[in-house]
Amino acid sequence: MKLGVLLKTVPDTETKIKLTGDQTGIDPQGVKYVMNPFDEYAVEEALQIRDRLKDGSTVTVFSLGSDRSVETLRTALAMGADDAVHISDPAFEGGDALATARVLAAVIRPLEFDLILCGKQGIDYDASQTPGAVAELLGIPQVCVAVDIELDAGAGTLVVKRRVEGGDEVVEVTLPAVVTCEKGLNDPRYASLPGIMKAKKKEIKQVTLADTGLEADAVGAAGSRTKIVRYHPLPDRPECKMLAGEPAEMAAELARALREDAKVI
Amino acid sequence: MSKDILVFVEMRDDKIKKVTYELIAAARHLAEKTDGAIHIALLGDAIDSHADTLKEYATGSCYAVQNPALARYSTQGYASGLEAVISKSGAGVVLFGATSMGKDLSARVAAKTDAALFTDCTEMDIDGEVLTVKRPVYSGKVYAECVTVGDGLHMVSVRPNIYPPAGPVDGGSAEVVAVDLPVDAAAIKAMVKEIVSVSGARKDVTEAEIIVAGGRALKNADNFKLLEELADVLGGSVGASRAAVDAGFAPHSIQVGQTGKVVNPKLYFAIGISGAIQHLVGMRTSKVIVAVNKDANAPIFQKSDYGIVGDLFEILPLMTQEFKKLLA
Repeated sequence: MKLGVLLKTVPDTETKIKLTGDQTGIDPQGVKYVMNPFDEYAVEEALQIRDRLKDGSTVTVFSLGSDRSVETLRTALAMGADDAVHISDPAFEGGDALATARVLAAVIRPLEFDLILCGKQGIDYDASQTPGAVAELLGIPQVCVAVDIELDAGAGTLVVKRRVEGGDEVVEVTLPAVVTCEKGLNDPRYASLPGIMKAKKKEIKQVTLADTGLEADAVGAAGSRTKIVRYHPLPDRPECKMLAGEPAEMAAELARALREDAKVI
Repeated sequence: MSKDILVFVEMRDDKIKKVTYELIAAARHLAEKTDGAIHIALLGDAIDSHADTLKEYATGSCYAVQNPALARYSTQGYASGLEAVISKSGAGVVLFGATSMGKDLSARVAAKTDAALFTDCTEMDIDGEVLTVKRPVYSGKVYAECVTVGDGLHMVSVRPNIYPPAGPVDGGSAEVVAVDLPVDAAAIKAMVKEIVSVSGARKDVTEAEIIVAGGRALKNADNFKLLEELADVLGGSVGASRAAVDAGFAPHSIQVGQTGKVVNPKLYFAIGISGAIQHLVGMRTSKVIVAVNKDANAPIFQKSDYGIVGDLFEILPLMTQEFKKLLA
């Protein structure tokens, strides 16, 4: 099986997000960038499938982004991925989900993967749009928010448990397909020291606009139908009313306040 | 760009989900600006009675795509049906709930139609050709103001519990227009085989108006009964922090936070939850937040509206008692 994994590089969860003075961008100073946490489940799942099959199946990881993506690709190689591809070009900058998906699909299409895995969303834009767009452009099915994947390699099908409101949908899908990964799918491994050393020496393939065959106006900001114009900080919440007194008094006061002041019960 | 707005109806277990009526309210807000009609896209199998209900809410038409292949959700089936409705209705803006179904479907249909798509929006407005939205980004730490660029369809998935549910239109009902499903059932490559229900009697946290959530301080799964008792008195649902889920006290399906669910209730109780950023991400847009924690310095108090410092095992039963009295 040919397994592909799409990776994104995002600010670490703990990072305090600071806006630039005119609020049109995020200040990158002091931001720690990491592999998108949901993508870790995707890498791990691909590795587990490959290692279970033991039939020469391969795991290739892709990332579209600036030089920051290289670190993320090396992390995936260190975890055990076989090959890594860095997709980068000034023309790709400012691309929204669909413009990005166009590039990813163009790169992936000729490689004929059996299964493409990625995180359910990037924790920067939290949009969950790119995977579905990639699947549509490749003309293959998608199953999103997977918490369990059972592969029948012989039949070329997957049974995926997909987390939805109120429970899980059990979906049977014919490969090739795109599957997005949710927490609970697996326990991503840490890269071993030998893995990290090996990854340092591995060649990362570089792909630019010219390699995709796409026109410049189909990618990046030029190819996007959406644009972020400004960021707004969260509205402040008024100061917390700390209740006082005996536990019974506080409980009674809370009930009163929620009914009469906040009017939520 | 067409002035008309199309609302995608979300159904599960043969019931119209509440978010659908919130979308209709959102559609009315946009239609006032564009002076356009509101259409409804209803896909499924046994949908006749739903079509009758929903035609009271549209000012344009209620488009019904009825087919046994649509009895359960499938990306391919629903994308095919919805694309046909978009085409037939001539709508310029399509609204979805930012739910598992809505996010899955909108991403696919937007790519199919080269539409501008914004996910999980908390505000939106329209001025001529340009649709503007606000949506939380960076795990809800900031809001992004986004606009559409150029000609073409605009699509928005709306965060549940933001718009109040709409009532029927005053005077007259719309027509129901049948639309054939273009794709063949045999061609659908991903099918739902079964649904494993988890939440039981209480609403899923993403749909709950009131949530009582507990952290690892609850000490074990049994103690979550204390949260359940309070939730039941209030008619709410029970949630859990990641720490509680990782410790095995609660299932992942009720986990609130960055690696769990994003909720937007009118009232959120954080019981024995310290208030780590990853948890806040999942509940910080709640209208009213109440925190109970024995640590006066817990960060949760900085993001709450009401705070009680104390032993949750003492406070919780007292709260349940007081709310029972109040609501009797």
